[in-house]
Amino acid sequence: MMYWPRRAWAELRNEVFVLPSRTLVLLWVAALLALPFVYGDAYVLRILTMTCIFAIFAASWDLLAGYTGQVNFGHALFFGAGAYTSGLMSLKLGLSPWLTVWAGAAVAMLFGFLVGYLCLRLRGSYLSLATLAFPLIALGLLFAFPDFSGGELGISGLRRLMVTPTANYYVAAISMLAIIFALWLLADSKFGIVLHAIRDDEVAARASGINTLRYKMVVFAIAAAAAGFAGALFAHYLRVAGPSTLEVALSFQVVIWGIFGGLATVYGPVAAVFILYPLTEWLGSFAGIGELRLLIFAVIVLLVLLFMPRGLTPWVRDKIETQCPRCKQRNGSWKKICRLCGAALQAQVSRAQRLVGHQ
Amino acid sequence: MLQDILVTGLVNGGVYALLAIGFSLIFGVARIVNIAHTAFYMLAAYCFYTLLVKTGLGFFLSGVISVAAVTLFSVVCYRLVIEPVREHEAAVLIATIALALVFQELMLYTFGGHFLGIPSTLEGSMRFLGVSIPYQRLLILVVAGAMLVLVWFLLYRTRLGLAIRATANDLEVANLMGMNVHRVAMATVAISVSLAAVAGVVVAPVFVVDPFMWLAPLVTMLAIVVLGGLGSLKGSLIGALIIGYVEAITVFAVPAGAYLKGAVALLIMVIVLLARPEGLFGVAFEEER
Repeated sequence: MMYWPRRAWAELRNEVFVLPSRTLVLLWVAALLALPFVYGDAYVLRILTMTCIFAIFAASWDLLAGYTGQVNFGHALFFGAGAYTSGLMSLKLGLSPWLTVWAGAAVAMLFGFLVGYLCLRLRGSYLSLATLAFPLIALGLLFAFPDFSGGELGISGLRRLMVTPTANYYVAAISMLAIIFALWLLADSKFGIVLHAIRDDEVAARASGINTLRYKMVVFAIAAAAAGFAGALFAHYLRVAGPSTLEVALSFQVVIWGIFGGLATVYGPVAAVFILYPLTEWLGSFAGIGELRLLIFAVIVLLVLLFMPRGLTPWVRDKIETQCPRCKQRNGSWKKICRLCGAALQAQVSRAQRLVGHQ
Repeated sequence: MLQDILVTGLVNGGVYALLAIGFSLIFGVARIVNIAHTAFYMLAAYCFYTLLVKTGLGFFLSGVISVAAVTLFSVVCYRLVIEPVREHEAAVLIATIALALVFQELMLYTFGGHFLGIPSTLEGSMRFLGVSIPYQRLLILVVAGAMLVLVWFLLYRTRLGLAIRATANDLEVANLMGMNVHRVAMATVAISVSLAAVAGVVVAPVFVVDPFMWLAPLVTMLAIVVLGGLGSLKGSLIGALIIGYVEAITVFAVPAGAYLKGAVALLIMVIVLLARPEGLFGVAFEEER
């Protein structure tokens, strides 16, 4: 009877508390789930709901840009596709938002396949600049057919998923945790290793027998589906699907979040969204500097980049953890020897030895 | 209508060519995707407005001062913001995006979000082939042509131009041959931004000046550069004319064309990329390892 709690405690102590980064993640999840009980202010819940939705969006971009190297400048296309599909279906067909959210993700996935197919032969900067075009083409079409899409105003009067703010918050938070965890598992699996290989050297990956084209298409589809899901949640939360979901600004916003947090980490962009989005909202709530919030946002991004060019989370992780030189496992930075293989972590070498060390 | 299309396409194509060639140059030499490129164009327009309307300097003087000031400012920005993170491509990318946002917000804060009109530099118009062309548009065309010739001369007839082309061709070998690639990159930034600033100054009286005026030309410019081939100057020039004419045709010949002009231009780019992934005049880059 006491077995399972004791087992869980042992797992926690041996796997989670040994690494400060894992402890931080655990604290963050616990805080996220417990927040409405502790502090149920509607304004805070609203900001955090939006933060959760954008975190899904940013993490999906990272799978595509960080892991696979397909730096997508038009990720808003998938967000907008999800938002508009879900909005139109629930409004015109009268379906429940619980169904149309999935339809939004599915349509975004189709768009992902389409964009992925069109961009198969492009690489590097060409791909970035070409993908920038797709949401703008969609935006032009929406404006050209205002009867169908609502034009500049978008589709308003959508139904919410839940009634109370707390319930809506839980929907966003739990779907965020589920999707982030799924993306992280995917990126950490063999599939993720193939993605790393495609980013670092596509020709070599193909020479090793990897069908890189199929992998790229699948990654585009997965990232698009996650982004479309976020878009659909966003539309039903704000009760409007408007052209702002397709704008260049949103595409650039996700690029900033992704690179600010640290590429190819999944948790990096999430951390960046959780820092930057509430920060800009909070700055916006001051009367005097409300107009300056985007300026302050950009200046913070610039300053942080000057000191941590690889992004925020890799920098923090390097400060609080060290990698074992022998078995490549991570350890808390206070450890003298590796917790798994016992190798010395901080080798006590003199300066002269360090100078000749690489020969 | 045909004449309208011919003239509008040529004028817009000239402005786009100024922007796209600058962008292409800086990408070719320093491999920087400079999202802030058209933000400098916006800064030049605002600078021109301030000098012309607020302080009442002459057209010519305020134009020259704006271009010089913006160019100088761009070199300062490059040294302070871009150069420290040059090895990290991703960081350079968002540094330029953040710079553009900073400029946009600064202008929004100082001048407000409303449209500012600038009085025409030249009044009157001439008739040519049955279309009346305002002198202002003619001026744009002349300035754009003159700048293009100037850039051609600089790149193909001077030692600095030789260094720039060599660096664009192969940075490491250029470095080994004793060229100071950092200084070449800085000179390229100055040249490319001055082209954008000239474009900003000449179009300011025709278009309206507002803090978001950098977004629409940014997208068109990127489409042109990708269409012509990244880093290819000839490609940028021809791409600019193609997109200029395509936009003019859509606006004049298609109903609801004003909304669709961007979409059609981008669609053309996508189609060209499908047929030729390296653009019309681009060289397929060797994979860097």
